[in-house]
Amino acid sequence: MTDIQQPKLSALGWARWAWRQLTSMRTALFLLLLLAVAALPGSIWPQRSIDPVRTANYIADHPRIGPWLDRLGFFEVYASPWFSAVYLLLFLSLVGCVLPRLRVHVRALRTPPPRVPARLARLEHHRELSVDLPPAEVLAQARVVLGRRYRVATTDKTLSAEGGYGRETGNLLFHVALLGIIVGVAIGHIFGWKGDVIVPVGTGFANTEIRYDTIQYGPRVNPRDFTPFSLTLDKLTVTFEDQVGGRGQFGSPRQFVADVTTHARPGAPGVRQTLAVNHPIEMDGATVFLLGNGYAPVITVRDKDGKVLYSQATPFLARDNNYTSSGAVKVSGASPKELGFFGNFLPTGVITDDQGPISIFPDARDPALALGLYEGELAPGGDGGSVYTLNTEKMTQVKADSGDILRIWLKPGETMKLPGDRGSITFDRVERWAGLSIRHDPARWLTLGSALLALGALIAQLTIKRRRVFVRVAPGDGATLVTLGALSKSDDAGLGDVLDKIGAAITSSAGSPRHTPPRQTPVRGSNR
Amino acid sequence: MNTTLALYANYAIYSAIAVLTLAMLAYALYLSRAVPARGEVRDREVVMAGGGPGTAGASPSESATPVETVNAGARWSGVGLSFSTLAALLIGASLLLRGLAVHRPPLGNLYEFVCAASFFVMVGFVGWSRRRDLSWLGIFVVTPVLLMLMLAVKAFYTEASALMPALQSYWLSIHVSMAVISVAVFTLGAIVALLYLLVDRFERAGRAPGWARVLPGARDLERTAYSFHIVAFPLWTFTVIAGAIWARQAWASYWNWDPKEVWSFIIWVVYAAYLHARATTGVTRQKATWIAVAGFSCIIINYTIVNMFFVGQHSYAGT
Ligand code: HEM
Repeated sequence: MTDIQQPKLSALGWARWAWRQLTSMRTALFLLLLLAVAALPGSIWPQRSIDPVRTANYIADHPRIGPWLDRLGFFEVYASPWFSAVYLLLFLSLVGCVLPRLRVHVRALRTPPPRVPARLARLEHHRELSVDLPPAEVLAQARVVLGRRYRVATTDKTLSAEGGYGRETGNLLFHVALLGIIVGVAIGHIFGWKGDVIVPVGTGFANTEIRYDTIQYGPRVNPRDFTPFSLTLDKLTVTFEDQVGGRGQFGSPRQFVADVTTHARPGAPGVRQTLAVNHPIEMDGATVFLLGNGYAPVITVRDKDGKVLYSQATPFLARDNNYTSSGAVKVSGASPKELGFFGNFLPTGVITDDQGPISIFPDARDPALALGLYEGELAPGGDGGSVYTLNTEKMTQVKADSGDILRIWLKPGETMKLPGDRGSITFDRVERWAGLSIRHDPARWLTLGSALLALGALIAQLTIKRRRVFVRVAPGDGATLVTLGALSKSDDAGLGDVLDKIGAAITSSAGSPRHTPPRQTPVRGSNR
Repeated sequence: MNTTLALYANYAIYSAIAVLTLAMLAYALYLSRAVPARGEVRDREVVMAGGGPGTAGASPSESATPVETVNAGARWSGVGLSFSTLAALLIGASLLLRGLAVHRPPLGNLYEFVCAASFFVMVGFVGWSRRRDLSWLGIFVVTPVLLMLMLAVKAFYTEASALMPALQSYWLSIHVSMAVISVAVFTLGAIVALLYLLVDRFERAGRAPGWARVLPGARDLERTAYSFHIVAFPLWTFTVIAGAIWARQAWASYWNWDPKEVWSFIIWVVYAAYLHARATTGVTRQKATWIAVAGFSCIIINYTIVNMFFVGQHSYAGT
């Protein structure tokens, strides 16, 4: 195929050679298989973009290979240089493949069908019959049968027809549509953004960068241009399965629905809407999704004189399916030392011998707070860590008067006096919070449109058959000798039927046939 | 939730397993009856070395098998088909009962998924049998379906119940039913593909065991396998697209490289490679078919290992 025996290749020659290799079907096949293999690690190792905590834990748990895997990009497979290299080469190959074929196809669409081959009997599918019908009439009949799906060229003795150009059109469209998908994804990355925020019931949120707990945006996004809509969470309804027992069902979530009031911009009238899983809300320039939920116990901390130092709904993060949730209460106003409470919120709390305090059902049936207390410096060097954990570097754990570690166990409405003159902590009541995700992807319609186009084109290319049909007529002894032949570029079980149909049309319009020995050469070989 | 209906649904599945076992026995008898006397084997070898049975399209078992052998087994193949039909009806009834019991499409967890896939494999097989004599295929369809159902009942069983919020969407019916149907067609394709690889080996060796005489020729099998795949591949493409649309509704992002998405993608790419390989000059049909088999292995991995061990948003599908 390639001219290997050529002694020396110039730089241009090498470039040509490389391009031909890249755009060959074999390379495309190899790259496709390579793409499948390259995608694999992302399902085995945690991915930083999806679950940063699990990724960090994995690296911490595997001190030897963790950092190496990290360096090689195994925790960011789909942004890694090697994954990108595979798909970029594949798409380069695709462009190099499609462009010349597009040219060939356009030319084929404009050139008339080829002339009838000399020996039709050599084609895999052929028929011979002789009929009492003038040659012109035979060709006319064939033309009728072939209809408008074929392009037909005739002489007075022959007819050649070609049909099924849609196959190649579909094929080219399919490959181009794949390009459309990747372009759509790329535009989404460059011009899109997504932010996540936890909103306790009764509070609100405004679409500005600082309001987000986490936010990621593409290089061409300016957060100052965000549309200033806002949203208040009025109510959050959460229900869990408590009827059905058995594995995998009891305690499963059944319903998450949020009642919200939205404002298109500051001062605009409020609109009451329902936000639920599977029912996002479209705002101007972004879509709001309800993704998570959890509990925010309302906690009040007072000093020894009863002055309120801290009082708010404090979101805790669920760690398991029963919503055993962890969180922290940071009281920076306490003196002489700052106080930090850290521990678990349990919606249906029990104290077990082996696991300590845990939750046994996700709904708030018997809520409890199980906390420990630290004192010292909450944010040494300005680093307090996340709001859900304490940085205990510069803190010491507070002991009870008995000398044991202080364990705080509170039910709603209960207050506990803290040892020493540290004041008290009250667990007022439980609120829920909603985890909202706000997204903007300007190219998603391009991606979707391309995907659907690819699907349609795929169906076309797989169902349409590219066929050539030939007819030759010759005057025989009193009758007309008709030879039919057909060719297909692909496996085409229906090819013989086309000839049978033409034959039937000709014989029926000729009345009874003189003799019709439709013959078909036997299939030979197991590979084409 | 109607527990009585859910219970009947389970009885229907147990009955289907029993009936499928009978179907398997019947088809096994059919194949064993088709074993010819020694002299005939040699005849068959000659036929095979000559390039498989005659014209495409004609019923392969008739063209390749001496009349007396067909008669000896034909009764059993008929019994097998009757049991297969009954099994399909029973699995269908079980799906229906479960759906009625929980007032939703019975496609919410792996157990239900496997039952539905088994149903469509059986429907495909029985339906296709009406147009073509598929006695030769019977045991190769019934046995894997039987294994799938036993695995479903033993390992994947999930109590009938309502759905978690992320699954409460009409996209469940669209996305999952398409996935089930395309997996069913891929399964039939993989079965025929494996038979092709086997028969191809026999043909090239010039000798085949007696039961293989009822199988169509390699070329015929290869084309049939391809036909299944070109039906299943667009269905899978649609499944992935519908999944992406739903993912945006439910999880805010149409593609997140969640393990299940990764594997759907891998499956898609491997089958695309199969279709490509088949159109690439210089790649033999055998090699191309191995790629299709690899694609099916990915499907199996996707619904077993990935469901149960990989952490992701789709994890609920496991237990
Ligand atoms: C993103 C990567 C690609 C994917 C997913 C893909 C997928 C497909 C699929 C599914 C088919 C249908 C096969 C059939 O008609 O039976 C096909 C056909 C084809 N592809 Fe690709 N392809 C890709 C890249 C390429 C590249 C890079 C080339 C060129 C080197 C190429 C050339 C072709 C050709 C020539 C056909 C027609 C085969 C025939 O005659 O039927 N494709 N492709």
